[in-house]
Amino acid sequence: MTKETLIPLLGVVTDIRADTPDVKTFRVEAPNGGKVFEHIPGQCAMLSIPGAGEGMFSITSSPTNKEFMEFSIKKCGKLTSWLHQMEVGQEIAIRGPYGNGFPVDTEFQGKDLLFIAGGIGLAPLHSVINYCRDNRDKYGKIDIVYGSRSMDDLVDYKEIIDEWCAEDGIDVYLTIDRAQEGWDGHVGFVPNYVKELGFDTNKTAVICGPPIMIKFTLAGLVELGFDKTQVYTTMELRMKCGVGKCGRCNIGDKYVCKDGPVFRCDQLAEMPDEY
Amino acid sequence: MYQLSLDNLQNFFRQIAAHEKLYIPTDKDNVAVYAEYAEGMQLTQKLNTNRSAKDFFFPQTENLYDLRMNGKNLEIEDTREACEDFVVFGVRACDVRSFAILDKVFLADPVDSYYKNRREHGTVVSLACTRPEETCFCQSFGIDAAAPEGDAACWIADGSLYIKANTEKGETLLSYVADLLTESDGSAVAAQQEKTRQLLAKLPLANTDFEGMKKTDLMAHFKSPKWAGLSEACLGCGTCTFVCPTCQCYDIREFDTGSCVKKFRCWDSCMYSDFTLMAHGNSRNSQLERFRQRFMHKLVYFPDNNDGVFGCVGCGRCLAKCPISMNIVKVEKALEVQDA
Repeated sequence: MTKETLIPLLGVVTDIRADTPDVKTFRVEAPNGGKVFEHIPGQCAMLSIPGAGEGMFSITSSPTNKEFMEFSIKKCGKLTSWLHQMEVGQEIAIRGPYGNGFPVDTEFQGKDLLFIAGGIGLAPLHSVINYCRDNRDKYGKIDIVYGSRSMDDLVDYKEIIDEWCAEDGIDVYLTIDRAQEGWDGHVGFVPNYVKELGFDTNKTAVICGPPIMIKFTLAGLVELGFDKTQVYTTMELRMKCGVGKCGRCNIGDKYVCKDGPVFRCDQLAEMPDEY
Repeated sequence: MYQLSLDNLQNFFRQIAAHEKLYIPTDKDNVAVYAEYAEGMQLTQKLNTNRSAKDFFFPQTENLYDLRMNGKNLEIEDTREACEDFVVFGVRACDVRSFAILDKVFLADPVDSYYKNRREHGTVVSLACTRPEETCFCQSFGIDAAAPEGDAACWIADGSLYIKANTEKGETLLSYVADLLTESDGSAVAAQQEKTRQLLAKLPLANTDFEGMKKTDLMAHFKSPKWAGLSEACLGCGTCTFVCPTCQCYDIREFDTGSCVKKFRCWDSCMYSDFTLMAHGNSRNSQLERFRQRFMHKLVYFPDNNDGVFGCVGCGRCLAKCPISMNIVKVEKALEVQDA
């Protein structure tokens, strides 16, 4: 029989980190070590557990990591609750990679990059940010604006502070929705913060977060003078197959699983507002 | 072209069934259904089967693979097996064309091996229509009900069955029944085709022009104010999607047998609210959006992605079955008026 994309491979969970009260990062390796498959930044994989279901998740780790893949997953349903209670050593079913990924080897090359994330929206950007860090000479300055509900809800906080903030050529701007004790950084929503910061309009921007945050942030960037052709986002809709056949993740004539999940905002503007 | 007397039809079926599993449309509980041929089974006199023929290649449910979990250990078992050769006899021109549309989905990269397996092992024998019904509009999609496609095509005229092979699979099928066949000049078929085509031209929906949909762009159709009125009475029952020969949306679910979890695929419907439901919300929240999705998919999105081919073959099942008498022709007419 020929290869069948719907039949998953086996992966083993080799590490679990609690990032926030409802986000955990799971490290997945092949049973004999190494990665289950290769991917490019922005691509996704279907994870499944018998009895709990199957779901599409962004691959959070950079492809420059040759040992494992990671997934930062927010607990919000049946499958994700199951994943959150599992222990290291658990075998899971995994298939992919799916989707187009970010144009890291084409449009992004040589550009100053502005990454804007809200909440768990950092997950799909984490892969591309670390890919750019590992291929530093191919990209210009990197700015990262990241916001969450509270200090505790900032995903990858330790890595952001210890590694991203410490690196030359990277500026990180963090914000939380409401003031809280122990936080002396910026307070406010991401779209407003981006406008306040007022970035140079020669940058290529990448936004990911809740749909409402994406919409307002994009409007803010356009107000600053960005053209929609300079702004990318990554989408998520309900998926079953991952290969453009089961028929549910379409926005107009585009399938998010196959034609996306990464779209440029000028492309998105020509698609129906059904996401 | 070859000919055999209808008195020999049971022998014809019997000899095919001796080589491969044979399915024919027959009457059951007053509707026509495809059933595996058994001695003496009679071909239906009805125009078409209640359900489409898509089950043969895209069954309503099918197992994809098995999962077994034992503590932290997981076993994934590929349960695929090579399909047995089979013959589907008596498929109407509309349903034959639907396979070409399903091919565009399931045989596009990455190929769906479950579907491909069945396609490779199935032989489609079509049967020309002689009494099209008023719900038929296959000619709107360039389908000739009097000259159906398929691995082999058949006509029933003047007490005889006429048959012509179109592919290698069709030739193989003819070899099973060679001793029953005599050569024919096909004049009886030509005469019947002319009559049928006259009937087809008089059908009430014969002149539905779907090509007009292409004059307006996707966003204009999507934003049409007509969707509200069109979808208002839709019950979201999904009957249209289940009887449709080209509806191919599917769900992947699991069933726990007690000893393993069977991951299976089953038909799904864009008319259902949970089709797009996610933990954080639903991208198509109202029946208007779901209704619009079904018709936009068939009339705009599918042609956009498939060289202008519509996702409809005009079989008329949805017209006959919809409890609120809504259908794709009404949708096309409404959108056409808006464009004018």
